[in-house]
Amino acid sequence: MRRKNLTLVAVGAGALIALAGCTTDPNVEAPEGSEAPEESVEWFDQALFDKQDAERSVTPEGPEGEPWLQHINAEMVDTSQYASEGAKKVCFANASISNPWRQTGWITMNEQLKVLQESGAISEMETRDAQDSDDTQIADIDYFIEEGNCDAFVISPNSTAAMTPAVERACETGKPVVVFDRGVQTDCAVTFIHPIGGFAWGIDTAEFLIDNLEEGDKVIALRILPGVDVLEQRWAAAEKLFDEAGIEAVDYFTGADPVKIKQIVSDELARGDVAGVWMDAGDGAVAAIEAFEDAGVDYPVMTGEDELSYMRKWEETGLNGLAPVYSNFQWRTPLLAVQMIFAGEEVPKEWVLPQVPITEDDRAEFLEANEGMPDGHYAKFGGEDLPGYPTVWQERIIP
Amino acid sequence: MSTTDATATRPAFGRRLARLGFTLISPRGAVFLLLALLLIAIMVLNPKFGDPGQLIRFIQRVAPVAIVAIGQYFVIVSGEFDLSMGSVVTAQVVIAGNLIGQDDSRSIPVLLFMLAFGAAVGLVNGLVTTLLRVPSFIVTLGMMLALLGAVFYWTGGAATGNPADSFREVGRGGIRDVPVVGIIPWSVLILIVLTLAAVWFARRPFGRMVIAVGDNVTTARYSGARVWWVKTSAFILSSLSATVAGVLLVGYAGVHPSVGNGYEFTAITAVVLGGVALGGGRGWVVAAVAGAFALEALFILLNFAEVPATMRDAVQGVIIIAAVAYSAVTFRAIRSGRTPETSPQPGEPSDLGEDRAALAPQTRTPNGARTTNGGSDAT
Amino acid sequence: MKLLRGRRLDNTVIVLLVLIAVMVVGFILVSMAGRNFLSPGNIRDILTGMSVLGFVAIGQTLVILCGSLDLSVPYVVSLASLIAAETMAGDPGKIAQGVLLALVVAGLIGLANGVIVTGLKVNGFIATLGVGLIVSGYLATTYQGTAGSVPREFQFIGATGVGPVPISTIIMVALVALTAAFLRKTRTGHHMYAVGGSQSVARLSGLRVWQPLVIAHVLCSMTAALAGLLLASRLGVGSPTVGSQGGYDLLSIAAVVLGGTLLLGGRGSVWGTLGGVAIFAVVDNVMSVLQVNPFMKDVVRGIVIVAAVALYTGRATERRKARFSPGRAATQEALARDTSMEGSAR
Repeated sequence: MRRKNLTLVAVGAGALIALAGCTTDPNVEAPEGSEAPEESVEWFDQALFDKQDAERSVTPEGPEGEPWLQHINAEMVDTSQYASEGAKKVCFANASISNPWRQTGWITMNEQLKVLQESGAISEMETRDAQDSDDTQIADIDYFIEEGNCDAFVISPNSTAAMTPAVERACETGKPVVVFDRGVQTDCAVTFIHPIGGFAWGIDTAEFLIDNLEEGDKVIALRILPGVDVLEQRWAAAEKLFDEAGIEAVDYFTGADPVKIKQIVSDELARGDVAGVWMDAGDGAVAAIEAFEDAGVDYPVMTGEDELSYMRKWEETGLNGLAPVYSNFQWRTPLLAVQMIFAGEEVPKEWVLPQVPITEDDRAEFLEANEGMPDGHYAKFGGEDLPGYPTVWQERIIP
Repeated sequence: MSTTDATATRPAFGRRLARLGFTLISPRGAVFLLLALLLIAIMVLNPKFGDPGQLIRFIQRVAPVAIVAIGQYFVIVSGEFDLSMGSVVTAQVVIAGNLIGQDDSRSIPVLLFMLAFGAAVGLVNGLVTTLLRVPSFIVTLGMMLALLGAVFYWTGGAATGNPADSFREVGRGGIRDVPVVGIIPWSVLILIVLTLAAVWFARRPFGRMVIAVGDNVTTARYSGARVWWVKTSAFILSSLSATVAGVLLVGYAGVHPSVGNGYEFTAITAVVLGGVALGGGRGWVVAAVAGAFALEALFILLNFAEVPATMRDAVQGVIIIAAVAYSAVTFRAIRSGRTPETSPQPGEPSDLGEDRAALAPQTRTPNGARTTNGGSDAT
Repeated sequence: MKLLRGRRLDNTVIVLLVLIAVMVVGFILVSMAGRNFLSPGNIRDILTGMSVLGFVAIGQTLVILCGSLDLSVPYVVSLASLIAAETMAGDPGKIAQGVLLALVVAGLIGLANGVIVTGLKVNGFIATLGVGLIVSGYLATTYQGTAGSVPREFQFIGATGVGPVPISTIIMVALVALTAAFLRKTRTGHHMYAVGGSQSVARLSGLRVWQPLVIAHVLCSMTAALAGLLLASRLGVGSPTVGSQGGYDLLSIAAVVLGGTLLLGGRGSVWGTLGGVAIFAVVDNVMSVLQVNPFMKDVVRGIVIVAAVALYTGRATERRKARFSPGRAATQEALARDTSMEGSAR
């Protein structure tokens, strides 16, 4: 018995060491299939990079002053097959409202819903929130298909590949499906609505930093979490451009926790000069800036997001910055698209919304327009003409 | 205390050295050895870290974690768990941001409210655990979910903004222009005061009672302890420490719903690294604080050693297991040569029940429900 | 009330009663919202919600019965989904290979858990937390997102059913029955209860204490792998985050305790766990149908967990009064028993 015991201990210890060993050298244990190439290459897609790079300079078509109805390089599709009278029921499978960006958009979407209910286009919207779980969202979509009595589906996928089969099932019902924000690997939806994308974000921000920094300068990249395509693409583009321009960039995952952000930046400042800060989302930007203040060094050149906490700190400190946007007003578009589809109007197959960063020149204008909004609000939320403005956003009234 | 027997027969000149050595390799002292090794490794990689100014900033950074570890120490040593600490930190951070806003005059009333709120959370945790006999793991798990959900529901997820700078000064500022170190952050002073208070408290009869309750609830009860109150007090201390940590963190970094995320596991890990036994009855509060320092030092080392961000979890996992295994193995080795530290029943075989993973309170009640039913309820 | 006081009434029956109560309340609330609680689509939604957590909770029950617990399950779930999806790579011929490989790797992780707990004497909480971190580091380093793909044939397991009952639920319930038989009929099963009841007593009665504990950990990781396989089948791909998305570590422990198993081990049943999982699923389903604010959902979940567990623990107190007659002999007996069980030093 004793020997058996020892053998077991040895085997287990071996397993543990093997496990730890794998983690220290990922190349040895690289997944079997050859589909997973090397790190950081996987998210980079030259064709998509070039497409989004070009889209940045295209003047969008559509109504002036209503960016949520504008589109870039659209290929329109006919929707006359869906044309019908009466108020329709929309079923919305939402990934989550677990971050300020999604919360702001969710509030906007509900205000847009009120307008469309009043105009008689939509009778009601039933929503199931997957709380960031792929499995839950699949079940949500299946529930809608069987029980929802839905006239149309709106889906904001939690992740790209995993949600594809469920979205396909929704399409098979023959009812119109609208996908927005993150995409899926099928084009069965009537329209897929999204801003230009992560590569454009990466190009805008990296070009700004490269223009304002010298070769050999150091940039800290603060990223929220790995594995989410819209975020990974931001970094994939920026990393490539930094590399080409000879900018030294180190990246960290922060979980958007300002405590971690401040610690990371402080550590970097303790090791040497930091000339620039790049972020893949704006929340937590204030903590990064305060780390420079507390260390008593000059402010960096910085890119954040159009989240108000960053915009306000940016103005207050006068640092050299840029606020890229992942157009929050896109949360208005899906319901408007549903209305257009049932009216038989043609909509873009891929509905690319404009995505224009906020620069120092137009910063004051946006800050003035959003006075009284909480720090977690987004400057380009696009709901100024909706009924609840400004109270529902100020009070964060979440249905 | 764990070394006196072993060193009693040694010659006097070597005695002090031997004693130090024994303390360092004993489970109680191992965390200090680990901490020293980590700090040396950091300084080798980055000599600048040894500057007094950098060291004091390191202590400032650890302060909230160490304070949370002090609170968790009292709960763990009393034989329970507190998984709600992270949520309490988050809740307090958001409360500070939303209730104080930019109005300096509200700082003190809101601070008092936060302390009362923290105490109330601890009271609920403690009473449900002791009076309703729900395992604390479950009570505080429920509290974790409910509190976080309620805070997000109240604020709509996004906080209004950072509280007034005067309130944030506690976590962010300090005594400036001090020679050598430059600045002594308030949070360092608060950590020192709270550590001393915890040491003092642990030596008071009440502090001993907490350990006695964690070691053996029955003997503690028969020796006159009001078990429910002792445990509830531990939970209140825990929630209050999370409140203080929240005040420091909102100063240090500002308001965000992810502040405090994962603090419960960080605190438990720190306490266990400090050689405190999960299940209660054994542990030293200073070692728990040292555990927090060691854990943070580890994070910094991984950073300076340029371990890729994605692999840090794995390294952390290996080191935690190794440290606790070391502590468990040495504890057995030391104890096998002497009588147990706190033996309620002298003469009993000393390794009875030594390695039970004690997680729930109801089995420590005198009714013996488990012992009389063991295994028979399977069907 | 009379029924509740009965001595033969074990926790599994209470779980069932709680489940029925939750279902009745759910039925009423859902009907008031103009929906049908018992429609095939809704039943399927509830059962689907049970399947994945059910697999994880079966294994967690075994580990908890032995007095340990497993916090590494979410990462094992993710890893298994990835191993399966990458091995199969869309080829129906490789389904068996993928399933087997996922189970074997998971079994090895469980073995590591078990050996660290028994051999290195590391508390199960810390041991599995550490192993979980190791696996999570491996996942984050190796995978940049979803990977691999499972063939259509394998997706059927997650997407089809017999009437409203998904195949995955049938497999899960069959596994519950199998586990219950294992606990009742085999020596190892009995030993699990003994070890969880008291390691020292088990050791003194000549049991190899490490054996049931290691086996429980291995089986727990393997059922977590089954959950991962099911997720791979539902998602069509493997995902490095799908396990942590579900929060299966704490939720499975909560489901086990909700099912009437003592968190400290030694008492409980896997049927109770199934009930605990069902309670969660029904509560979640009802809240989703009623479109409850997602933040409020967490509040309700937290309260339900504590309140439901309080039902059993409160009852245990009541029973004790009936069992021990007041008097010096009884208290001394209790004291002696308790101290010998609890041990002298930790």
